[in-house]
Amino acid sequence: MKNEWPLWEVFIRGKHGTSHRHFGSLHAPDAEMAIKNARDVYTRRNEGVSIWVVEAEHISASAPSDKGPLYEPSNAKVYRHPSFFDIPDDVGAM
Amino acid sequence: MYAQVVESTGKSVKSPEEMSEKERAFQARIDAGEKIEPKDWMPDDYRKTLIRQIGQHAHSEVVGQLPEGNWITRAPTLERKAILLAKVQDEAGHGLYLYCAAETLGVSRDDLTEQLLSGRMKYSSIFNYPTLTWADMGAVGWLVDGAAIMNQVPLQRTSFGPYSRAMIRVCKEESFHQRQGYDIMMKMANGTPAQKAMAQDALNRLWYPSLMMFGPSDKNSVHSAQSMAWKIKIDSNDGLRQRFVDQTVPQAEYLGLTIPDDNLRLDEETGHYEFSQPDWSEFNDVLRGNGPCNTERLNARNKAWNDGAWVRDGLMAHAAKKAAAKIAAE
Repeated sequence: MKNEWPLWEVFIRGKHGTSHRHFGSLHAPDAEMAIKNARDVYTRRNEGVSIWVVEAEHISASAPSDKGPLYEPSNAKVYRHPSFFDIPDDVGAM
Repeated sequence: MYAQVVESTGKSVKSPEEMSEKERAFQARIDAGEKIEPKDWMPDDYRKTLIRQIGQHAHSEVVGQLPEGNWITRAPTLERKAILLAKVQDEAGHGLYLYCAAETLGVSRDDLTEQLLSGRMKYSSIFNYPTLTWADMGAVGWLVDGAAIMNQVPLQRTSFGPYSRAMIRVCKEESFHQRQGYDIMMKMANGTPAQKAMAQDALNRLWYPSLMMFGPSDKNSVHSAQSMAWKIKIDSNDGLRQRFVDQTVPQAEYLGLTIPDDNLRLDEETGHYEFSQPDWSEFNDVLRGNGPCNTERLNARNKAWNDGAWVRDGLMAHAAKKAAAKIAAE
């Protein structure tokens, strides 16, 4: 067993106006076949209107152990949320 | 069930005192209902057990195409043929979702395939029984897919994220399978006496093998406890089997067919049916490779893999050639 087809990650736009969402992965020799296979594997029942594929090895991901240091700084910045500011009711909708 | 006898590597469930700090934190996440994702730390045994379980499940979906594929060219009408084709294609899809989930644990697709083809990894015993008549297509959809749903619905809540997501997709599609099977059974049961007899014969042959799908009785199921603590197994084998019988008996009555069990009886107090256990020595024999179709199934998978080698290699060569031409043109 050698020469295994590379792994592709599949992203599908469910319907017009929504963004592509990760759906799953599959093996294919190239991008063209990956899209054809994704059509057969992931959209047999009208699940999508557009397919993206990208070779899995080209995806970089944050490590689960980075969760703290990576996201902690923004947790301290509560003023990023609109609810931080008290606006009098008299001002009306804002 | 599609993974009937998953040998766990752990002996018994570890108590919190026996666990390392990492293991305790891991178990706490599972107890809190959190999903474990591929890059998260996990105990080696959790990883190994899951690879076996998801692998067996995937192999079952793939080998499960064979007994039904057997009838595609002989379906009684063009519509039935198209429906069966779609159903078998779904099974291939289910196998692929599951292989992908297993691969996130660090095992390669070719490695899993090789373990199936060499017989080192198992698939569900049910697919080692033959499909002798068209009524078997009805009984397989109704009983086998019905049993599969029973097992897969709770697995949507399993602790491993990719497995859970694969199960959610599978369950969405599975109900079509069971209903198309029952639809065939209704047609046959309401047909000519010969057709009804054929439906009854299919039920007679597939009833006990379907009960076996849930795996050995809990008291003989040595690997369950740790898997349940890890939430990669949600319900007990006997519990699922009981639920299946309770659901299926009224469906058989509606068809006017008889479950082949003289001991079948509704316990008015509990609301559950009492029923005969399948022949567990037959079950063990089929798992050991001595079922009616074990050799045929593995030969068919090996032939498909070997005959397809030139296609896999050819497409890789073509992709490499195209990539090289693109670079040259730039």
